[in-house]
Amino acid sequence: MTEATVRSEVGSPAPMTQAVQAARRRAKMRHTLRRASVYAVAIAIALWILVPIWLIFTMAFSTPQDVRSFPKPFYPSPFSTDTIEFFLNTEGVLRSTLNSFIVAIIALLLSTAIAMPAGYAIARFVFRGRDTIRLGILSVRAFPVVVLAVPLAVVFIRLGMFDQTYSLALMHTALTLPTTILVIASVFMGLPYEFEEAAQVFGCTRLQAFWRVVLPLAVPGIAAAAVLTFVLSWNEVFAAILLTITNRTLPAQILYNLDKSGDPYKFAGGFFMLVPSLIFIFFIRRYLFSMWGQLNK
Amino acid sequence: MAEIIVEHAVKKFGKFVAIDDVSLTVDDKEFVVLLGPSGCGKTTLLRAIAGLGMVNEGRVLIGGRDVTYLQPKERNVSMVFQNYAIFPHMTVFDNIAFGLKMRKTPRDVLQERVETAARLLHIEDMLDRRPGTMSGGQRQRIAVARAIAYDAQALLMDEPLSNLDALLRLEMRAELKALLGRLGATTIYVTHDQIEALSMGDRIAVMRKGQIVQVDTPTRVYDLPVDHFVGSFIGNPPMNFMRASVQKHDGALQARVGDLYITPPDYMLAALRPYEGKDIYIGIRAENTEVLSQPGAGALPVTVEVVEPLGAMNLLTILIEDNVLKVSTHPDFPVVAGGQVWLLFPEAKIRWMDRDTGRAITPELEQVVA
Ligand SMILES: Nc1ncnc2c1ncn2[C@@H]1O[C@H](COP(=O)(O)OP(=O)(O)OP(=O)(O)O)[C@@H](O)[C@H]1O
Ligand SMILES: [Mg+2]
Repeated sequence: MTEATVRSEVGSPAPMTQAVQAARRRAKMRHTLRRASVYAVAIAIALWILVPIWLIFTMAFSTPQDVRSFPKPFYPSPFSTDTIEFFLNTEGVLRSTLNSFIVAIIALLLSTAIAMPAGYAIARFVFRGRDTIRLGILSVRAFPVVVLAVPLAVVFIRLGMFDQTYSLALMHTALTLPTTILVIASVFMGLPYEFEEAAQVFGCTRLQAFWRVVLPLAVPGIAAAAVLTFVLSWNEVFAAILLTITNRTLPAQILYNLDKSGDPYKFAGGFFMLVPSLIFIFFIRRYLFSMWGQLNK
Repeated sequence: MAEIIVEHAVKKFGKFVAIDDVSLTVDDKEFVVLLGPSGCGKTTLLRAIAGLGMVNEGRVLIGGRDVTYLQPKERNVSMVFQNYAIFPHMTVFDNIAFGLKMRKTPRDVLQERVETAARLLHIEDMLDRRPGTMSGGQRQRIAVARAIAYDAQALLMDEPLSNLDALLRLEMRAELKALLGRLGATTIYVTHDQIEALSMGDRIAVMRKGQIVQVDTPTRVYDLPVDHFVGSFIGNPPMNFMRASVQKHDGALQARVGDLYITPPDYMLAALRPYEGKDIYIGIRAENTEVLSQPGAGALPVTVEVVEPLGAMNLLTILIEDNVLKVSTHPDFPVVAGGQVWLLFPEAKIRWMDRDTGRAITPELEQVVA
């Protein structure tokens, strides 16, 4: 309500205007306070995440001497790649990085290939037990791998699949699949079914409609889901330690050597664990936001 | 050749019956308009014909072929979707060309057809753009262009002009009608726009609650509604209905409205006889009521409640007992709100309706029953 209308409605204009102004000041104050508290929380969360990352970066690009010293520097001075080089030259690091890469790529491909039709089915078809399956997928997500550790190792040994890169990739596929399916399903749910129907009317079979209309529209979301799979696999350490001995992935390798090595190794290792995830998440953050928006629906 | 026949179609969503035993025949090259209130099942019927959402019962035939169990692709129909459903990841050109590409149409033919369709809908400047940022009206025109370019046996259009401004709609209506006439496509056209329905349709099918109530030429639907619903749904303003009681007066069967006695025409007498002593509805169109500025023989004096100048005519609102009446006059007719006029109801223009069933009381029907 503007002051003019208030004044025209009320007989004595002056005190009313003051009251209105006071009320407006209070509202403004409340608004400012609310914003300030939101910002404070956001800044706290950001610092909570950013400070360790910054520390890792600083250490990774400081000289090994600086890394070992105390108190530690807060920025790299002098800037040096010695620590990184030292880490890379450590026995097993390059091989385990390569292993990590192979495992993550296989997991990404398999997981996406399975999750695409599964997610599509959940998004589009009303079939008996659909909700049960959805719930089942979610609950698998909540199931701790630790419980499965011993039986899994036994099964893998029996099948002769123990200590193989591909068997770890299979394991990671299984671990990431629930997340991937749910994310991809939500991508498909976000696309109006009418697009497919229109494609069908204009001469497509169901499959053609999927290829020509649904898939191009879903590709960004699917790519985001695939990258998520990659990051999950890249960072996964429990199954990696459990299932491999000689073919270790990077996190397994680092964890294995953790107590035997000094700070430069740890920080450089941390850096290598962090960077791929950060790069990927940087590229897909737009899609992640929109997907979570849909998941919340 | 490509007539569309729907036979006793039933479509249910769970327990809800969206299409309730609908039968409709659209002749080859005919233009049928589907008209009905929101939620009466127009879209559902179009979709059933297109093969999107199969009917639970009944059959659909297109061009003499039973397509009830065929995929949309195999039915050779084209459709304008109510929500457009144009593909956001393709340019306007590719959208319009989509169906033709699927059919592997030669490049030059395709180019030509797309351009013709785009020109007709005034979107030829946008062919290279993507529809993402376009307005509703622009998207709708792309959807219409896509449907026209496809050149199918049957064209199903679900409110194709609903989102255009009045002027563009007026122009598009005429051009679309001319083009469809040239193409000779069998068309079912859903609209909410009365004028569109009356001016474009070879026939109008009026739907209500999942059923087709009347299929007739626009003039017959307008003039001879089969029931109270059609009369009060078609036309702007809708048909006036007044409660009347049928009784003997001066030795003849007459319908009394207020203080006015209306003598039914001779051909109605037999049909009205069973209603003696009962109430019926009499319906009359606004423009069929004669309005006099002076007393005349058999004219009913009434007070004018509201005068609405509409440009080409003035619309008067009049109360006769508890019946609200809309009548139209020439814009020069001298009357103001609160003034008095005299009304004449030409008997031949009166439609007689059963009050309980709402159905028209017609001489033919009564004779068939008798
Ligand atoms: N997929 C569906 N599931 C359940 N009910 C549906 C479905 N589609 C339509 N209906 C119902 O069927 C009825 C008819 O819907 P329809 O879309 O055919 O109406 P309409 O005549 O096209 O209305 P409008 O003029 O508003 O477009 C509505 O009551 C609607 O709620
Ligand atoms: Mg509709």
